Amino acid sequence: MENPTKQRRNNLEKYFEVKGPFALLRVAQMKRAWKQSNRRELTWWEKTYIPTVVSGIALTSKHFFRNLGLHILHLFGLYKDIPAAVTYQYPEQPRPLAKRLRTRHRLMKREDGSPRCVACMMCETVCPARCIEITAAEHPDPNIEKYPAEFILDLGKCVYCGFCVEVCPEDAIRMDTGKLDIAAYSRESMIYDKTRLMDG
Amino acid sequence: MDIIIKFILSSSVILIMFSLAGLLTWVERKQSAVMQDRIGANRAKIFGFKAMGLFHAIADVLKMLSKEEFMPQGANKFLFNLAPYLSVVFALIGFAAIPIGDRLIIGDRVIELQAANINIALLFIFAMMSMGVYGVVLGGFSSNNNYAFLGGLRGSSQMIAYEITMGAAIMGVIMVFNTLDLQLLVRAQGDYLLNGWLPEWGIFVQPLAFILFLTAATAETKRTPFDLPEGESEIIGYFVEYSGMKFGMFFLADLVETVLVAALMTTLFLGGWQVPYLHPDGFHFPWGAQIVLSNLPVTILGVLSFFVKVSLFIWILMAVRWTLPRFRYDQLMDLGWKTLLPASLLNIALTAVVLVLLK
Repeated sequence: MENPTKQRRNNLEKYFEVKGPFALLRVAQMKRAWKQSNRRELTWWEKTYIPTVVSGIALTSKHFFRNLGLHILHLFGLYKDIPAAVTYQYPEQPRPLAKRLRTRHRLMKREDGSPRCVACMMCETVCPARCIEITAAEHPDPNIEKYPAEFILDLGKCVYCGFCVEVCPEDAIRMDTGKLDIAAYSRESMIYDKTRLMDG
Repeated sequence: MDIIIKFILSSSVILIMFSLAGLLTWVERKQSAVMQDRIGANRAKIFGFKAMGLFHAIADVLKMLSKEEFMPQGANKFLFNLAPYLSVVFALIGFAAIPIGDRLIIGDRVIELQAANINIALLFIFAMMSMGVYGVVLGGFSSNNNYAFLGGLRGSSQMIAYEITMGAAIMGVIMVFNTLDLQLLVRAQGDYLLNGWLPEWGIFVQPLAFILFLTAATAETKRTPFDLPEGESEIIGYFVEYSGMKFGMFFLADLVETVLVAALMTTLFLGGWQVPYLHPDGFHFPWGAQIVLSNLPVTILGVLSFFVKVSLFIWILMAVRWTLPRFRYDQLMDLGWKTLLPASLLNIALTAVVLVLLK
């Protein structure tokens, strides 16, 4: 296996027919010279700036009058489905999120409302940020071995990699709440326990 | 009585122009937003009313008034405080000589709708606009800051360079209409060409002068693509050291000058308060129809048409600002001295030849 620098040098020799220690520099020079030799001399009419100025103003004016017309129509409640601006007015109007976007976690529930989690510790083990802390306890139902007595997730540490979701054998944790605006005044309030995670 | 009428007239002109300039802060933001598919400032509200962001102008002024007035160490106190006032005052004085309407007849009293009837109004306005350079130079010089000083130098050399083109461009207009009095100049534009179809406006008889004047006036008001003296975000301009309302006054002077230039272009090239086919006694259409109007509606129509035309020019200046990128400094000087000045001289020569041939 050749090292990449050597490989690149070989490519240079092959395509640009240059050799030696300054081959890269020579190629850059050649590219610049090629660009300059292909630069077209402006005509007299173009040098007056008038054609470009006019076409530029025509373009921006097209946007202006189209958007202005749409804004006025929107005031009368018409054509609401054609947007006049690309802006999302964020706190009032959230941006549409992709379906597979990883957002804040939630713990899934069984039909009786208890957590689906069986405290297998897979997520705690796989978590690269070590933000999950599970305390297991024995479940009263003999069909289920364990349940999480405590499930603590520190969002201040979480890196949103989604490994916990992928690794979970019970589909008990998901990252699909669509909540992005997670902020708090203290580190403690960034730590989510079982009830907060289950409430969604 | 005459003094009272003059006082009312001049104060209303000043008030209208001031509020128009204040409104321009909003227009500039909204127009640029609509052009660029954005929404623009819309958050400031009073009692829950947003009024499409109109209150942002008030919010800006309140912010500037309540900010600390900082003066750098070693600055020349007197000149530092004087410079913003010079900018605003000389921009505002120009409006005195601009006619905003035809003569209004109340009883047996004839009122010219022009704050000051100066018979060399054009020269007066140009003198006042040249004085605006002092605000720039003093602002840069007195700040005791090398960047501000360089900005001031850039600004003054640009303004002086383009002033020559501006002066030479309107020579053609003066030659055609044969007067320096702006009221007479507007009245002269009430004639018609092509069997009464085309109004004899400056833009139709002096198209080259119009383009030259528009370009030079944009440079004179330091607006993009010629905003090197200011260069808000990239190169530091002459008012770096100004803060609070003194900065606001430079900003205001800029907008007032924009209105002034738009009003001047309207007066010189778009027939001022002239409405097409409207004569002092009503409409006389070239196809023979007539609508007879008395003096008052004719005057009101004239004033309205003046402001519509001014708004049109302001719109064009804003559209240019949000369309074109900035010139490099050498390109700017090249354009001013090597292209615009020879072209304006050529325009004078052509106009002279045509005038002699037509006689």
